[in-house]
Amino acid sequence: MIITIEHLVKRFNKHEVLKDVSLGVNQGEVISIIGSSGSGKSTLLRCVNLLETYEGGTIRFQGKDILESIKGINTYRAQVGMIFQSFNLFSNLTVLDNCVIGQTKVLKKSRADAEKLAYETLEKVGLSDFANRSVMTLSGGQKQRVAIARTLCMEPKVLLFDEPTSALDPEMVGEVLNVIKSLAKEHRTMIIVTHEMSFAKEVSDRVLFMDQGIILEEGSPDQIFNHPTKPRTREFLSRFRES
Amino acid sequence: MFTLLTKIPDDLFGAAYYIVQRYAPLFLFGARNTLIIALSGTVIGLIIGLGVGILRSLPVYPYDSKLKKYTIKAIKIATSFYVEIFRGTPMMVQAIFIYYAFLPLFRNSKLFAGVVIVSINTGAYMAEIVRAGIQSLDKGQNEAARSIGMNNIQTMLFIILPQAIKNAFPAIGNEFVVNIKDTSVLNVIGVTELYFQSISVAGINYRYSDTFFVTALIYLVLTYSTTMLLKYIEGKMNLTGFDGPSSSTTPLNIGHYKVEEEPK
Repeated sequence: MIITIEHLVKRFNKHEVLKDVSLGVNQGEVISIIGSSGSGKSTLLRCVNLLETYEGGTIRFQGKDILESIKGINTYRAQVGMIFQSFNLFSNLTVLDNCVIGQTKVLKKSRADAEKLAYETLEKVGLSDFANRSVMTLSGGQKQRVAIARTLCMEPKVLLFDEPTSALDPEMVGEVLNVIKSLAKEHRTMIIVTHEMSFAKEVSDRVLFMDQGIILEEGSPDQIFNHPTKPRTREFLSRFRES
Repeated sequence: MFTLLTKIPDDLFGAAYYIVQRYAPLFLFGARNTLIIALSGTVIGLIIGLGVGILRSLPVYPYDSKLKKYTIKAIKIATSFYVEIFRGTPMMVQAIFIYYAFLPLFRNSKLFAGVVIVSINTGAYMAEIVRAGIQSLDKGQNEAARSIGMNNIQTMLFIILPQAIKNAFPAIGNEFVVNIKDTSVLNVIGVTELYFQSISVAGINYRYSDTFFVTALIYLVLTYSTTMLLKYIEGKMNLTGFDGPSSSTTPLNIGHYKVEEEPK
């Protein structure tokens, strides 16, 4: 287990967003989290990256409680990469510098080494020709691919995707999903919050269905999508089949 | 004396022309001091404002230590005192208070006193401008920086501040223009800036509106040219954000646009 979540509880004021969530993530496993808005999917992901703190439970990374050494919090975050719904590229930097800055400032690599990896990674997401462009000039799909490259440049052990295609025009969803699929083939550990059901079915080793702050049902893609046991899961999935 | 007075033409423009010709060096000396005080006051004020503005926007996270939380709280209270006091009282009052409270410091140079007063006053306004600039940014910028492991200082220095300053540039430049005009209040402590010089010139001839017509024109030239210069810089700054043809919907089939192939 690379990440172990035990009895996680998260409240926003009095509203309990996560109620006793437990989850183990194996090395090299791709987990998709599905569920309706407000079910706590994104919050769970943000807790793992410590963008949100939580009121109860523990999260262990490689056996160690992530809250235990606050001084190491930045080192921890660098190992758990996050891809956001709204890309959040650094708009004051070029495409290349978005991929370089974390390497030079956080990992303390030399500029030359950082640029080398940045170019390789941009090549991988098909954007090496855009290296010196300002991020403001990119399309949404391109932005999200740069954001993935920026995260990959930190060589993280886990990748967290928070609805990576939800802010994209429909015709740009494919290019981003293809990049994520190619990462899945490399057996990277990934947790993906998504509304793209066929994509989740295709890439995941395990699918979680979250509802009202708990993991209601989990299993292989076949189990969840073809033989869901809980009525609530069936109801949720039927809405996607219709559309 | 009588002959001298009759030499001044009666009409406004004639009189103004006469005053400019005769007292140009006095006006120029005043304008020079006004510019020195306004410019250095704005620059030093900006430096103060950056420091205070950053301190006032320091984030506190629930997992921070108690010591850190209390320190930041104390800093925020102290800086808000500074900002509220200097934004909430007239600079003329601040000028008299500071000048006489620290008289030994300023005995040799009133110009120096002027720079100090304008700097402290501007610093309070700049702090709010910087803070607003920081707060105007999408919080995703901060989250993305933290998510790749940057600490607070790195996030502020490399990601937040460059964008905040760029966004706040028009407001920062405006402070400079305001300062060119507001240095006039420094006449209360006898700083020989443009207004002070104008009073002296007017007093020589008892020609107030003629003299201050000239004064107004000089202020206008100073502020207008500054405004134009700032506009020009603003234009340059915006250009850097778009260094190529921009398009939000680049079609997928363009040759150099490589996309990972669909798995078979």
